[in-house]
Amino acid sequence: MSNAIAVRALTKSYRNGKGARIDAVKGIDLEVATGEIFALLGPNGAGKTSTIEILEGYRKRDGGELSVLGEDPARTNLPAWRNRVGIVLQSTKDAADLSVVEILTHFAKYYSHPRDVDEVIAAVGLQEKRNARGEHLSGGQRRRLDVALGIIGNPELLFLDEPTTGFDPEARRSFWDLIRSLRKNGTTILMSTHYLDEAEALADRVAVMNHGVIVDCATPEKLGGRDREKVNVRWRENGALHHELTDTPTHLVRELAARIPGEIPELTMVRPTLEEIYLQMIGGQA
Amino acid sequence: MSEKVKQPGVLAIGFARGILEIKQFMRQRESVVFTLLFPILLLFIFGAVFNDEIAPGVTFSQYFVAGMIASGLVNTGFQQLAITIPMERDDGTLKRLRGTPAPTASYFIGKVILVFVSMIIQVGLLLAFGVALYGISLPTTADKWITLTWVMFLGITSSTILGIAFSVVPKSGRGASAVVSPIVIILQFFSGVFFVFTQLPTWMQNFAALFPLKWLTQGVRSVFLPDSFAAQEVAKSWEHGRTALVLTAWLVAGFAIAIKTFRWERR
Repeated sequence: MSNAIAVRALTKSYRNGKGARIDAVKGIDLEVATGEIFALLGPNGAGKTSTIEILEGYRKRDGGELSVLGEDPARTNLPAWRNRVGIVLQSTKDAADLSVVEILTHFAKYYSHPRDVDEVIAAVGLQEKRNARGEHLSGGQRRRLDVALGIIGNPELLFLDEPTTGFDPEARRSFWDLIRSLRKNGTTILMSTHYLDEAEALADRVAVMNHGVIVDCATPEKLGGRDREKVNVRWRENGALHHELTDTPTHLVRELAARIPGEIPELTMVRPTLEEIYLQMIGGQA
Repeated sequence: MSEKVKQPGVLAIGFARGILEIKQFMRQRESVVFTLLFPILLLFIFGAVFNDEIAPGVTFSQYFVAGMIASGLVNTGFQQLAITIPMERDDGTLKRLRGTPAPTASYFIGKVILVFVSMIIQVGLLLAFGVALYGISLPTTADKWITLTWVMFLGITSSTILGIAFSVVPKSGRGASAVVSPIVIILQFFSGVFFVFTQLPTWMQNFAALFPLKWLTQGVRSVFLPDSFAAQEVAKSWEHGRTALVLTAWLVAGFAIAIKTFRWERR
């Protein structure tokens, strides 16, 4: 049982308004290990949400094989399986007239082994908003409530669909800490995101999806051969700015150090950012 | 991972949802006022305008109270659900629920509890006003209480189920009221609520006889009006057998449709 999620040759197509067939997912393979944070990246329309909603049991697939926590969501006893899964959807605005503690206390009743309500409220940092109604929460607080509802059942696997869209930078940082603390407790997390820094900060592995296929799947450091890309070294010498793309930056810097006395003026070494690699992979559209 | 865990049951979750739904309903002050007080307001207006006898010992106000109680079944069940379920579909309530272990049946049980409670309050208010101001008297025989019980039971369940079934028709929560309310109002005009049924054109009577409200008003009249009034009905009788049959048919059809077509997400 090392894989929380195993997907083979998954396909899904829809009919659009004019009756034409749109292939949203074109035969993808995917494995998410138990206890790992896995990020799914890709532009809008890449097939991320279709894929995740099939894994969540919201949609039926057309073809392929699927195992989520050892079961096939399309064939299993759904309530028993959902008892072990947490789902955080894209932004919602339901339950506006209930307070944080009321809605969590209610949802806790759905599960066989719910977490303690106050412990969950503390985990998502909503202690001061414990008795505030949904309609009085800010966007970030609302999202924290969504996560609280996702983890109230003490899930083995948590789905997070674009969890920090619309957050300010500080709220995102503290949200990341929350996600890390969940992983520390052994929860497997599959998240989709538009933010590359978020994937880089949180994910053990990243898959990039585009046009219904997985373009690459690796750790953030190795995605798209990022670790093997040439490094851009820049420095100033004899008043002129030089730069060189090289596979052996250390060797180059040694040469420069031997040639230039003291500090090498304006020395920088830049590896391509995850964003540059990503844009390259999806063909410049983002 | 074949470890068997004991999950909360359908009824337990359904009951918890019912409590939550009532709490949410009570917090929407406008809808509480509208749902509970509007029928009373109508009763006052119609009672003030039409207070003649329509048969020996029966005033129009009495006839109207019976009609409003029957309408209440349609308002709190059909109308309320056919409007609020599309809103819950829009705001993500339904999608979130579907992602939890809560069974579908529990959601419906919660709705039935909500409708039942708001119905009891509404009927209670209408009866209190009817008894105090318009000479309605509470049933005195066991027979009539039994009739009231089964008419209310069939009325609440069929109205609730039909509201759930109809909730797929409005495209969005915002437009739901515009789709649902005219249907209810037209049925009220056709079914012997605002006018005495036997004074309506025959085609209107025949049309109304296809829908549950006509049978509900007749059933409620059979409880609150003197038995002598039965002779004034279209069939010269209260037609209890046929009333039960028509309501049950709508209940079964509504159930089949609701199960087949219910939508959790917006198209």
